Amino acid sequence: MSTMAPVDGGAAAYLTRRARWSPLEIAFWVFAFATIWLFPTKHLILTETAILALFALSLDLILGYAGIISLGQAAFFGLAGYFSGLVAKYGLINEPVVALFCSGLVAAALGFVTSFLVLRGSDLTRLMVTLGVALILGEIANRYSNITGGADGLQGVTIAPILGVFRFDMFGHTGYAYCLVVLFVCFLIARHIVYSPFGLSLRAVKGNSLRASAVGIPVNRRMVAIYTVSAGLAGVAGGLLTQTTAFCSLDVFSLERSADLLLVLIIGGTGYLYGGLIGAVIYKFLQDWIANLTPQYWQFWIGFVLVVIVLVGRERVEGWTTALRASIVRTGVRLITRPAAVGSAAPDGN
Amino acid sequence: MLTILFDGIAYGMLLFVLACGLSVTLGLMNFINLAHGAFAMAGGYCTVILVNRLGVPFALGLPMAFLVTAALGGLLERTLYVHVYGRSDLDQVLFTIGLVFMSVAAVDYVMGSSQQFVLIPQALQGQFIVFGVGMSKYRLLIILICGLLTVALQLMIARTRFGSRLRAAVDDQRVARGLGINVGAVFSITFAFGSGLAGLGGALGAEILGLDPTFPLKYLIYFLIVVTVGGTSSITGPFLASILLGVADVAGKYYVPKLGAFVIYTIMIVVLIWRPQGLFARSAAR
Repeated sequence: MSTMAPVDGGAAAYLTRRARWSPLEIAFWVFAFATIWLFPTKHLILTETAILALFALSLDLILGYAGIISLGQAAFFGLAGYFSGLVAKYGLINEPVVALFCSGLVAAALGFVTSFLVLRGSDLTRLMVTLGVALILGEIANRYSNITGGADGLQGVTIAPILGVFRFDMFGHTGYAYCLVVLFVCFLIARHIVYSPFGLSLRAVKGNSLRASAVGIPVNRRMVAIYTVSAGLAGVAGGLLTQTTAFCSLDVFSLERSADLLLVLIIGGTGYLYGGLIGAVIYKFLQDWIANLTPQYWQFWIGFVLVVIVLVGRERVEGWTTALRASIVRTGVRLITRPAAVGSAAPDGN
Repeated sequence: MLTILFDGIAYGMLLFVLACGLSVTLGLMNFINLAHGAFAMAGGYCTVILVNRLGVPFALGLPMAFLVTAALGGLLERTLYVHVYGRSDLDQVLFTIGLVFMSVAAVDYVMGSSQQFVLIPQALQGQFIVFGVGMSKYRLLIILICGLLTVALQLMIARTRFGSRLRAAVDDQRVARGLGINVGAVFSITFAFGSGLAGLGGALGAEILGLDPTFPLKYLIYFLIVVTVGGTSSITGPFLASILLGVADVAGKYYVPKLGAFVIYTIMIVVLIWRPQGLFARSAAR
């Protein structure tokens, strides 16, 4: 399909066709928003899932599309989490949406600064540098415990109503709807980036950075740009967590958070936008289920899943999910086109 | 001042024994083993069980910790790790992090989450005063054991036939294979030996570093700093890096206690940016 495309209609037409919304995607988002009314008792865990999905989406942008392995995505998550908590606590920015946007910007700024560290070196060096940045921020948060609350966490955060209208309630209904809308907006941004010529050039860089630079793609600038965007999205996720829980603790910077995130992406599949979202849903329900079975030792089974996935072969697991996805798409398209056929036949009857 | 230096050196020596296995596996097979700390923890808990519960003398507990962990490392290497060589870095990271999570939860399940202490014989407690400098006997023992181990390791790598095979395999694996060196076997032995050393380090360090189920995660970053700063092409690099890290960490915690680990993380990032190959590495051969 991709080889045929440029022949009829040129590159621009190819890009628009690629970026077209498929019926299944629309169905996905309709269902996602329907969960607000479908599962009103599960909103707390669904909120966590939505935040995790956004966080995973941010990692997918750099891991799946640009090929940068990072163990330090929690740095941006945590920084923005503390930022949005502090501005709400001290009443600097009361409006949650504005505060969230600003925390995304702060995280993006950190991403921009640290992106230059990630450009150099091998995968191991990148791992170390990203991990190191997250740990340093964790240490700083611990050091200035008079501001951040240290090991006790940031307490006394009160979040103003969203847009001055929607108050956060105890059951997390508002919080969930808010997270879902933010997730959707961020997804649209990520989708736009990925399907743009810029996104295509990222894929080229991931495939072979030497060749990519030979055809005139400024590899380093692309890396800096996507790393910054990804950091911003991770920051929005962190800000959301603080705003919905009205709390922020030191574990936002932890290695476990970044490692779990990798697992989420591996479950969902890297390099396509829904991977992070689907992975987050599966991961959260897996975690919830295992935690119900063995409350204290669920980490063991998470580790077990990781080991098994690698031993079976990530490619194979991704192959299965791709096959599954393809079959879902096929049945989905069939389901959607059939009612459409009925619908077009109906006016004839009238 | 000198006491800090002394403590720092003891700490650094300990870190070297803990991390040198990792540096060799990383250099030899290009394998990122984030689960290295789990072997150290295994050694520590092994000593706790042997010495505290079964009443084995401390001097016998240490070599047994080495043997048990080496056996464990060899077993895991043959059964699990061997499937992951040559995979992408991401796979290796995921795999070994998975192992870390499993080990943390498993130890928590078996031994409980509280901190464990090894009973140290009376003779090793207390300290000497030399020229007005207090030196804890136990730390002196650590320096002694680790120093001897380092010299032994250096001699083994430099002088023995196995050492030359190992060096050949690190330098260029394909040529080494071509010359008839069984790189797989060399690697298995080295892996088991490195795990054993980590176990010994964990046993010795239980007193200083503390031993609880989160040990592999807590010290993972230290091991990685040693390896990345020291480079993986020799063992003198990691050794110097460990001493540097130990002294810097102890001094940092003493003079600017609230800044704590901040100092060493910053040093690490600066070094990584300045010399991605490691501070003491030769210029990259490949």
